[in-house]
Amino acid sequence: MKFVDEYRDKDAATRMAAAIAQVTTRPWTIMEICGGQTHAIVKYGIDQLLPGAITLVHGPGCPVCVTPVELIDKALEIAALPDVIFCSFGDMLRVPGTHRDLLAVKANGGDVRIVYAPLDAIKLAQRHPGKQIVFFAVGFETTAPATALAVLQASQMNITNFSLLVAHVCVPPAMEAILAGPHNQVQGFLAAGHVCTVMGYTEYETLAQCYQTPIIVTGFEPLDILHGVYLCVKQLEEGRATVENQYARAVRRAGSRDAQRLITEVFEVTHRQWRGLGTIADSGLGLRERYAGFDAERRFGAAAPGATTAAECISALVLQGIKKPQACPAFGKRCTPEQPLGAPMVSTEGACAAYYRYRRPPDSRATLQKTNP
Amino acid sequence: MKDDIDTIIESGLVCPVIESALVCPAPINPHSQILLAHGGGGRLMQQLLDTVFLPAFANPLLNARHDGAVIEFGTTRLAFTTDSYVVQPLFFPGGDIGSLAVNGTINDLAMCGARPLFLSAGFIIEEGLPMETLQRVVASMRHAAHAAGVTIVTGDTKVVDKGKGDGLFINTAGIGIIEHPLRIAPDAVQPGDAILLSGDIGRHGIAIMAMREGLNFESTLESDCAALAAPVLELIHAGIDIHCLRDLTRGGLAAALIEIAEAARLQINIEESLIPVVQEVQGACELLGFDPLHVANEGRFVAFIPAGQVNQTLDILRRHPVGQEACLIGHAQHGTAGRVTLQSRIGVQRIVDRLSGEQLPRIC
Repeated sequence: MKFVDEYRDKDAATRMAAAIAQVTTRPWTIMEICGGQTHAIVKYGIDQLLPGAITLVHGPGCPVCVTPVELIDKALEIAALPDVIFCSFGDMLRVPGTHRDLLAVKANGGDVRIVYAPLDAIKLAQRHPGKQIVFFAVGFETTAPATALAVLQASQMNITNFSLLVAHVCVPPAMEAILAGPHNQVQGFLAAGHVCTVMGYTEYETLAQCYQTPIIVTGFEPLDILHGVYLCVKQLEEGRATVENQYARAVRRAGSRDAQRLITEVFEVTHRQWRGLGTIADSGLGLRERYAGFDAERRFGAAAPGATTAAECISALVLQGIKKPQACPAFGKRCTPEQPLGAPMVSTEGACAAYYRYRRPPDSRATLQKTNP
Repeated sequence: MKDDIDTIIESGLVCPVIESALVCPAPINPHSQILLAHGGGGRLMQQLLDTVFLPAFANPLLNARHDGAVIEFGTTRLAFTTDSYVVQPLFFPGGDIGSLAVNGTINDLAMCGARPLFLSAGFIIEEGLPMETLQRVVASMRHAAHAAGVTIVTGDTKVVDKGKGDGLFINTAGIGIIEHPLRIAPDAVQPGDAILLSGDIGRHGIAIMAMREGLNFESTLESDCAALAAPVLELIHAGIDIHCLRDLTRGGLAAALIEIAEAARLQINIEESLIPVVQEVQGACELLGFDPLHVANEGRFVAFIPAGQVNQTLDILRRHPVGQEACLIGHAQHGTAGRVTLQSRIGVQRIVDRLSGEQLPRIC
């Protein structure tokens, strides 16, 4: 398939891996931000083509993984209400709250529906005027413009039975939190190409300069990722720390002005709690006061703080690139996609789930059967 | 409590095995309710089979975990199978619930190496279903049965209250005769066996998904729904030493290969670049974050055969409309029992795993 096959070409990948080996003289640790990139790395085995001196660690860029338990509990509570149609992107359905997930709410009679775009929720609101339609607005800057568009449309059309449970997060503050962390091991970043398609990459230029860390805007196909690693290693070896755009076929420096205008019109920057990482200042998007009528937390009550993640779960360390999934004692034993202790084991783009799915050691299937009740 | 049990036993209402029945024969399932994912062909469904159905009904025929049971009467061997069909929408490009219900059961018999002979058809109809819809479905069943040379010889009809069904559910069961001495079963797979795939994968699942969710393609993607008995019977007639056959329904190619690897206690290696996927299916999978390996098919199968018979088998398969794209995709070997590995397009090996349940579209 055009625009796909050429980026998965075996010979080109082998050549790119050789080029990386040629420029590598020392050990380097590079973090890919986006869960889509993590998934591609583990699925295609991209890291296995790299020289041993290069370590890829996996970042917090899986929106499903970082949505706090409190908000998921709130989503479950709203979805269980009798006159609510709760709309969500598909991969949120299996994410566990404190006691259950959206699929379990659905099994108990809750009206939970998968939508592909927030505008689908608006259509549902028009079709079901007697119901409250609540959309779980999850995602990074990539999905925020579509959410904003839905809010604007609902506002213009005077649709009052539509609201949002907002969990939007922004990438650069999380990158800064990782770089500023006391145990940071990340020396270079592969930035998430799709986020940059919307936001551009000027925000990253300050980060690269302040923390002397190269940041490569990178795509999602195997050759994109290998090329991103190559550019990153080259900068590290040469002692440079700038932003480079590997994903030039989709990303411009300024991003999409139209999409940014939509975000700014509807949302304002807020503090946001990240599952596993804690509260990061100015890292989230919340509805502006003039659209606050669409805020599901105002309509159905605010999420109650205090939910906890299993003590054994090391997802905080995984999301910061300090540990790899297999380093967790619960990995593949007490934590599996069916009974996850932490969110990275749930989403298909979570690092733990990717390792479980594609890299599980041979004996863990047997172990799983033995340990499951 | 013990006294109560004794009283019940003495009353003759139940047999004395009640005491042992108090000890749960099956491990307790971690889920207190059935979720949709329990029917998705993934790990949860496997759990359901392992913890509920297999322990309850355990017997050698069922334990073989084949697409159908192979029953011996003296020198005669029969294959027997059943399947229920709940597809929505009832009509989709390339088929409908009727053709699916006939072909699906024919295929389960064919995968046992049997010549399908007789089918039953049970209808659970929701009050209010247009008569014209039922007639179209029944006509489609008649056409599919006639085309495959099977006869629908018995049936049942139930109508449920409006809202208690989803239009129409169909169950079919089938009997076929095995007219050769081959033992075709997952645990008959041998190390070194070649794995042939009868055509491109993912059409049925994506065609249904596209229709349900309003995804549009430049051309209409049709389900691969088809009867597979004819090519299978020709392979047997030509003397191909088939070790195992499996049609790739729910859970797709991945689930089928994992089940076979587990039953055969062998490792299966396949190569991603050898597995045909048409552009519409690949495009939809890229958009939704699906892997075609896990997408359902209704007219595709894999055959495990000795490596020396690959060319002859491919020649035969490719003469049939349902096997025109047949190809070699990998081999079985000693190694880690129950493991399926895939060589990715860029040349690195990874595991092919069961999903928990159905694939869910990703966020971005």
